[in-house]
Amino acid sequence: MRTSIRVAAILAAVALALGTAACSSGGGASSGPVNLTYWTWAPNMDKVAAIWNKSHPDIHVTVNKQDGGDAAVTKLLTAIKAGSGAPDVMQAEYQKLPTLVSANALADISGDGGSAAKKEFTSSAWNAVTLGGSALYAIPQDTGPMMFYYRTDIFSKLGLTVPKTWDEYAADAKAIHAADPTQYLGTFSSGDPGWFSGLTQQAGASWWSISGKAWGVNVDSAAAQKVAKYWGDLVQEGVIDNNPMYTPAWNAALNTGKQVGWVSAVWGPGVLAGNAADTKGKWAAAPLPQWNASSPSDGNWGGSSTGVTTQSKHPKEATEFAVWLNTNPTAIKALVADAAIYPADVNATKIALTTPPDFFSTQSDFYDIAAAASKTVAPFTYGPNVNVAYSAYTDEFAKAAQSKDSAQFLTALSNVQTTTRADLVKSGFTVK
Amino acid sequence: MTTTPLRMPATDARRTRSRGAERPSPVATAILLLGALYCLLPVLWVVTASTKNGAELFSTFTFSPSTHLWDNFIALTQYRNGLFWRWMLNTAIYAGVGALVSTFVSSLSGYVLAKFQFPGKGVVFTVLLMGVLVPGVILAIPQYFLLAQIGLTNTYWAVLLPQLISPYGIYLARIYAAAAVPTDVVEAGRTEGAGEFRIFLRLALPMMAPGLVTIFLFQFVAIWNNFMLPYIMLGDDHLFPITVGLSGLLNQGATVPALYTLVITGALLSIIPLIILFLVLQRFWKVDLAAGAVKA
Repeated sequence: MRTSIRVAAILAAVALALGTAACSSGGGASSGPVNLTYWTWAPNMDKVAAIWNKSHPDIHVTVNKQDGGDAAVTKLLTAIKAGSGAPDVMQAEYQKLPTLVSANALADISGDGGSAAKKEFTSSAWNAVTLGGSALYAIPQDTGPMMFYYRTDIFSKLGLTVPKTWDEYAADAKAIHAADPTQYLGTFSSGDPGWFSGLTQQAGASWWSISGKAWGVNVDSAAAQKVAKYWGDLVQEGVIDNNPMYTPAWNAALNTGKQVGWVSAVWGPGVLAGNAADTKGKWAAAPLPQWNASSPSDGNWGGSSTGVTTQSKHPKEATEFAVWLNTNPTAIKALVADAAIYPADVNATKIALTTPPDFFSTQSDFYDIAAAASKTVAPFTYGPNVNVAYSAYTDEFAKAAQSKDSAQFLTALSNVQTTTRADLVKSGFTVK
Repeated sequence: MTTTPLRMPATDARRTRSRGAERPSPVATAILLLGALYCLLPVLWVVTASTKNGAELFSTFTFSPSTHLWDNFIALTQYRNGLFWRWMLNTAIYAGVGALVSTFVSSLSGYVLAKFQFPGKGVVFTVLLMGVLVPGVILAIPQYFLLAQIGLTNTYWAVLLPQLISPYGIYLARIYAAAAVPTDVVEAGRTEGAGEFRIFLRLALPMMAPGLVTIFLFQFVAIWNNFMLPYIMLGDDHLFPITVGLSGLLNQGATVPALYTLVITGALLSIIPLIILFLVLQRFWKVDLAAGAVKA
């Protein structure tokens, strides 16, 4: 009987402790500094925010680290629907912006001082955050111009040259696989829609378009068909691998030298350092192979921006932070050093990207290649149902890649088109 | 076994027969062994994998251990200033407090449902039984919307409150209360002039204790393993329980490699408290099973 009293006492004590804890964390002096919460998944962003907090005592930013982009967006959309719980400042990938804007999750910050930052960015980056209109929904943070990474030791052993065109890439892939049937120059990744859409972007495709209020879906364009057929042919021949990236098997293949090349983006070194530590010093970076070497073009894989949510009670201060974070030289230096991102600000190369990433420490022109690539990024429009198109890509191309039949790749592309367009119509958008 | 000489011959005969029936059947043993392997191999995998560094993880033989357990442990502890241990503490708070309060609520409701007659009792119990059938995952989003209306999302309360009521716990408590608390004892308490709440606390609760241990364990493990609710409710990773925290380490976005070794080491560490809890509480569980057997 005494134990039951003790249990009750413990319960009461715990309840009391929780109550006071909740009060002490919830209650703050209302006359004090403006408090902003910032959802981001970039590593070490709290260190960058600490610099801001030191120099801006009246606006305090708290970083809430999120899981990768998809999870954070799902959470944000739920919070917007619920009417509370959203942060003030939000990291959002470019391809998520139309979705967030159509859900009324991101505020137009053109009037809050955001537009002044325009001169710091390329027109394609700025276009991505304005969605081609007069409103401004975010400040560009990082971009992901695509690049090609390869193992220099394998290339020199086989006497191969770095591929400048996709034809040369295919020839190198054949030579490498012929010399050692366990080795591949790359893989077709059905798990990475952003990778494939970046490659079609390079070829001149834009999966969506908007004119007036009417959306167009152009996933199955001639340019995208060219890219799908190219990779389908390589997979059918068996000269490149057909398994997705970012699987444990793929990580191991990078590290053990079964994957000796990677069509990736500027942030690749961080992934290689984590997954292929044993091969350090053997990799080099090159521009992405071209369809037409005389007029170079590139696509983006990844990249994100900093937006202000419609639930923020302090949009002006939040905008001030978003602009500072992505254009202030001190902030950009910290973004590069701590968060390991490739800033969208055009002056970043001069300010912060002076030494190559650690994994490519001997390649002094790493960021020159990246800067050249980012200047040639082709225009691309994302639509409000990128998630549908991307998951359709994952489903359809997984089947195609497993079938090892080039024709299936074109079927898959056309199915993605059908699914994406049907969803847009069903969701009530005006579709051309 | 020491009681055997005292048994009557008839009992002995029955014993022999039953012993014959209990002779291990090779098929059953094989199935049970397979079942044990099925349960234990993943645990063994976690143990061996947590001793490997990132390079060995996907290249060396699956079950051959390596020597990096301590390095992984240090790396995990150093990850963002010991955030992992904050997650462990959070999980302990969610599971510990949540299971304690939930057990208390369950015992109170179960006792009332077992020992009191009141209008609508059948309806309450039927609704409760329906609640047992609804998986918690389905409720997570409606619960988010409700808590968002009172501004409690992204707090400890967001994870604690929805888990305080467990229909299954109440159902079990009703059965335990009906079996373990004789109505005569309750009547006697009333005759002596004790209040109803006092009767519950002083008489019924101790009698139900073994059953409550079971409810506590069920609820503790359910909260410890819960992913969906805290995943939806929480935005600040300093409030995360271990499940959501570890999943975040795997989903860093395409530009950052997944921290496999940290996640595996974290998973290993996160099951240790559960194992300890079971070892400590299994005594009570046995008592409970035995008590049931005697009554039957």
